Amino acid sequence: MNRKIGTAVGFLLIMVWCLLPVAWIISLSFKSQEAITNGSPGFLPVDGGGAGWQNYIDVWNNEQFRRAILNSIGISLIATVLSVLIATLAAYAIARLEFRGKKFVLTAALAIAMFPVVSLVGPLFDMWRTIGLYDTWPGLIIPYMSFTLPLAIWTLTAFFREIPWELEQAAQVDGATSWQAFRKVIVPLAAPGVFTAAILTFFFAWNDFVFGISLTSTETARPIPAALSFFVGADPFNRPASLLAAGAVIATVPIIVIVLVFQRKIVAGLTSGAVKG
Amino acid sequence: MAKIQMKNIVKKYGDGFPAVNDVSIDVADGEFVILVGPSGCGKSTLLRMIVGLEDITSGDMMIGEKRVNDLAPKERNLAMVFQNYALYPHLTVYENIAFPLRLAKAPASEIDEKVRKASKTLELDEHLDRKPGNLSGGQRQRVAMGRAIVRDADAFLFDEPLSNLDAKLRGQMRTEIARLQKRLGITTVYVTHDQTEAMTLGDRVAVLKRGVLQQLATPRELYTQPNNLFVAGFIGSPPMNFLPATVEGTTLSMPFGDVTIPQKSADRAAGKGLLIAGIRPEHFEDASVAEVGEGSTFRATVDVVEWLGNEAYAYIPFEAQPEVQEQLTQLERDLDGESMRTQLVVSIDGASRITAGEEADIWVNAEHIHLFDPSTGENLTKEGKVQANEQATDTGEPAAG
Repeated sequence: MNRKIGTAVGFLLIMVWCLLPVAWIISLSFKSQEAITNGSPGFLPVDGGGAGWQNYIDVWNNEQFRRAILNSIGISLIATVLSVLIATLAAYAIARLEFRGKKFVLTAALAIAMFPVVSLVGPLFDMWRTIGLYDTWPGLIIPYMSFTLPLAIWTLTAFFREIPWELEQAAQVDGATSWQAFRKVIVPLAAPGVFTAAILTFFFAWNDFVFGISLTSTETARPIPAALSFFVGADPFNRPASLLAAGAVIATVPIIVIVLVFQRKIVAGLTSGAVKG
Repeated sequence: MAKIQMKNIVKKYGDGFPAVNDVSIDVADGEFVILVGPSGCGKSTLLRMIVGLEDITSGDMMIGEKRVNDLAPKERNLAMVFQNYALYPHLTVYENIAFPLRLAKAPASEIDEKVRKASKTLELDEHLDRKPGNLSGGQRQRVAMGRAIVRDADAFLFDEPLSNLDAKLRGQMRTEIARLQKRLGITTVYVTHDQTEAMTLGDRVAVLKRGVLQQLATPRELYTQPNNLFVAGFIGSPPMNFLPATVEGTTLSMPFGDVTIPQKSADRAAGKGLLIAGIRPEHFEDASVAEVGEGSTFRATVDVVEWLGNEAYAYIPFEAQPEVQEQLTQLERDLDGESMRTQLVVSIDGASRITAGEEADIWVNAEHIHLFDPSTGENLTKEGKVQANEQATDTGEPAAG
């Protein structure tokens, strides 16, 4: 009994610790600009200090913000799809096939992921300007992919190794080509892994700030985290905190949607019943 | 439907170890052949070479009249049931069975008809919409078989299909497989380490040891006329008793006493010195109970008695000479066993009143004593054997009858 209470208290503490900033941003986004400038320390807006949905409407009506959201969704989705696709094929090869340099591929992938993002921004900036990728969608998609691929490959390799090899052999005996066996048997079974990798990739791409701010200059490719920092409003010396808060909340929505959608697919024990355990 | 011919099949792994060594087996059209042996004898590897999941190092694999060495599994048109079933967990039972047909791009109506027919045969009708994860072991086994019978494969291959089931279910499924095979009349190769399955299912049985074919014969021949010590020890439960023995004239001297053996056997064993005599437990009897015919009776102290109702097993320990002891220990190792002690297992009538620790008169039927050469393990008394040849490998003409 004591144990249970202890667990509950601990759980509550961690929840408060994690969610307080989020709650505060939401609270901020409903306060009017004047109330914040005048000082409004309470969690709930004081009388007359509430702004209702006005902040959200203002943010949404901002052309720059809408473009940034679009950029972020587009870039993140494309990077995720491509990264997961390539990682799936690579991981399958690593898990199933014997070839020279297998270890090297895995280690190299890990080494790439260990590079600090900041150290690459400078060279990339120069290269992209020369090649003409600066301030374009591919200019962001490519670095996002190269940073998320290693993680995706490692995750998926682990998943593929879990799938009994007999399933694939059974499919081949049943008349499938290697490709058919992969597509009809292995990929559906690796779905939890694929979606895990997809979520991780999407997170990285969506939350990235360094690349977003350094490799873009206009709203043609600027993603939301970078756009928020440029979001100064009418008065550059008086940043619209409540509008920013509303923008931040809106920027969080796609992440929540993606997680909810994919989470349903991450069903543990999908392979149960394939073979006698 | 087709015959399967294996000609001098060799499988060597990267380290040069031959998992299957020069095995030749002809499986006639519609025949049920069992590959049996202790673990690591290469029986599964051989099966996987037939189906194409394992490369063949040398030799010819013929299905029908076609050499299939270089064909992919999908081009061999064989159906296989895996040891762990290998069902597709994301598909329903219906789709699992329909899988090969869908790959073959069969029309939907034909698929439905064939799947329903297979499910009816295997009594899976009420499970068609369920996922394999929700089925019992026996049901999964039947789904795996359904997937095999639904298409018109040239042959069935089974890789220890019953080893994951409990004893009762195993018996039922064994009968089921035999019935199905007889009805469909399809060429079948079946791998097992269980000698009961081997004896009951097979038209012919191939016994393998460390990649080498020991004997290919009907179950009856394997039991009554084993080629060598290994086959004799592997087939039969409780196993055949092996005793050190010497022959003088027609007198066979064993640790328990002398037995007179037929002239024919004595001739073949003459001048060989120390031999190993093999006697099956049922060829002994409690002399005080049964009507004993020809043979000899000896007196021995019974160590343990296991009474089973219809019969009883009496255990009689004995000392073996070191030369023989070594060979017997090696044999025990080959058979995956643990050499506990040299003892005689005697199957006696259930009515026998022999109790542990007692001295008893045991009768032995000299007609059925086999004599083995201790150095080669070869059976000297095998019927129809003209001359002793090194490590006999009977590559088997199709069985009579």
